[in-house]
Amino acid sequence: MSDVASDRLGLRQRLSLRGLDGTTLLILPALLLLLAIFVYPFLYGLWLSFAPKAGGIFANYATFFGDPFQYDTIWTTLALAIPVTIISLVVAVPVALRVRLLKRQRLLTTILVLPVSLGTVLVAQGLLNYLGPQGWFSRVLMLLHLSGGPARLTHNYWGVFASLLITGFPFTFLLTLSYITGIDPALEQAAATHGANAWQRFRHVFMPLLVPGLAVAFLLSFVQSFAVFPSAVLLGAPAGPTRVISVAAYQAAFEQYDYSMASAIAMIMAAVQLVVVAIILGARALFYRGSTSGGKG
Amino acid sequence: MSRAFGTFNALRDVSLTIERGEFIALLGPSGCGKSTALNCIAGLLATTGGAIYVDERRIDRLKPEDRGFGMVFQNYALFPHMNVRANVGFGLKMRGVAKDELKRRVDAALELVRLGNQGEKLPGQLSGGQQQRVAIARAIVIEPPLVLMDEPLSNLDAKLRLEMRAEIRRIHNQLGGTTIYVTHDQDEALSLADRIVVLRDGEVRQVGGPEELYAAPAHLDVAEFMGFRNRVTGKVTGVEGDRATISVGDTQLSGKASGALQPGSAAALVARPDDLTVGATGIKASVESMEYRGREFVGLARAADGTELVFHGSERVAPGTAVSLAVDPARAIVFPVSP
Repeated sequence: MSDVASDRLGLRQRLSLRGLDGTTLLILPALLLLLAIFVYPFLYGLWLSFAPKAGGIFANYATFFGDPFQYDTIWTTLALAIPVTIISLVVAVPVALRVRLLKRQRLLTTILVLPVSLGTVLVAQGLLNYLGPQGWFSRVLMLLHLSGGPARLTHNYWGVFASLLITGFPFTFLLTLSYITGIDPALEQAAATHGANAWQRFRHVFMPLLVPGLAVAFLLSFVQSFAVFPSAVLLGAPAGPTRVISVAAYQAAFEQYDYSMASAIAMIMAAVQLVVVAIILGARALFYRGSTSGGKG
Repeated sequence: MSRAFGTFNALRDVSLTIERGEFIALLGPSGCGKSTALNCIAGLLATTGGAIYVDERRIDRLKPEDRGFGMVFQNYALFPHMNVRANVGFGLKMRGVAKDELKRRVDAALELVRLGNQGEKLPGQLSGGQQQRVAIARAIVIEPPLVLMDEPLSNLDAKLRLEMRAEIRRIHNQLGGTTIYVTHDQDEALSLADRIVVLRDGEVRQVGGPEELYAAPAHLDVAEFMGFRNRVTGKVTGVEGDRATISVGDTQLSGKASGALQPGSAAALVARPDDLTVGATGIKASVESMEYRGREFVGLARAADGTELVFHGSERVAPGTAVSLAVDPARAIVFPVSP
């Protein structure tokens, strides 16, 4: 009898063999939260976008893509998000390569994290004063006779650009720094002793090993910039040159009270981001993505 | 050559002349400065004093990429995103060597380390020993005047280590270049090197051939490192030519005199475990344990003053037995010590 019993594992053992045990239950609160504040609203929004105030189920999408004032917001947003993301990365990589060698990294990191914690509205407020026609920047330019009149750097594309760069850069930088410090320093030493100069070391050793990480940093930074709203309104010209897609969604929801249309715009926003994510991840798959250490030891 | 880290002198006035074609081992315990010395030669660390010359050319202010050496790292440091061929050809590619010559030389290097058919694999797909061979091929393919090796075998298992040891010596002989090899393993140093440099606390303690160092270590530290595990201290009672006698407790022991010894001064006598055997006279000690080693037994005993003694014996002695351990006077060495 006892033989038969020992041959059959209890339900608990069988579940734990499949990775389900008491510890698994700990993810329940997170799962519930995810369902309640992400999955449900998303599905509800998706459904809402197909239930327009008037017309067939695709009426909202037809309206959006039939009106240049609406569909141009996609390009406006991409024209902000992509350059900002690329510039953040291009600046972050050399800075991170240097900072990796510093002894007082933590101090620098703390300074860099500050803009993240300040929030976009405070940064926008500061930039309005600093970059505005009567701000320091403009005054210095005029004092040095580099500019005939007050420089116009707010309430247009460049105001939003600057704000996105300032709030987004620390994030991109910290991600990049963590990827760069993850590369075995012996690899650079090996490259140097075998005759690679600084540029060759970067080109042949750091760059190929960094690409997969930089792709992820690009995506996270891009998605953040693509959802720009407060700085586009505060520092930009939300009626024209910086009428980004989130402004369009906001206007549909809270100026025209058309939640269905606003949901459709949100879905379009998500789709554009997904396309960019797919392109970048596809390109990333072409590169080496394994360990960044030099040996088994 | 000197190197200081802040106020800590990792290397102090290390002076060394190495002949072309020599195999030099830098030997010492961890923290003795041997890796620091190697990194200074490679240019990965700047020296804080002194100069390094290759022939007539001063190189210690050159960047590592301009020194033209090959280096094998402790953790191999293979480029994980390049296949074996690209790893080996790296140094040639950086020097702008033409494609077909690069291919020919990479093939030759892979052949030399016996990895001819593994060229397309990534380092992650190779075993530790194979990775080590790739690292060696990468270092020698540029035909450097000097190959630096930083404990290249320490990550391998014992059997592979013996195999690779022979390989490294074979490759060195075949290429006729100069090799500087850093290790903390005296067996490796003794079996590989033409000359051994023993470092301790950033200073050179002794330079010599393997036989010389093994038979006649000039310094107490070197002797301990060369397997003289037993050390008893006492007072010198007599010096005659190159022989010295010391009294340890009420026992008289004699050995080869090394250094300035005067009757009455403090001295230490060192001996290897196989030169210490159970006999009628000698150091009185109590056996603590015996270990069977096939052909013989290795015993651990403790003298009255607490000194640990390791000895060899042909038969098992029960723990707790009081024995006299005789020292072979022809092979023991007496060093002066500061009291």
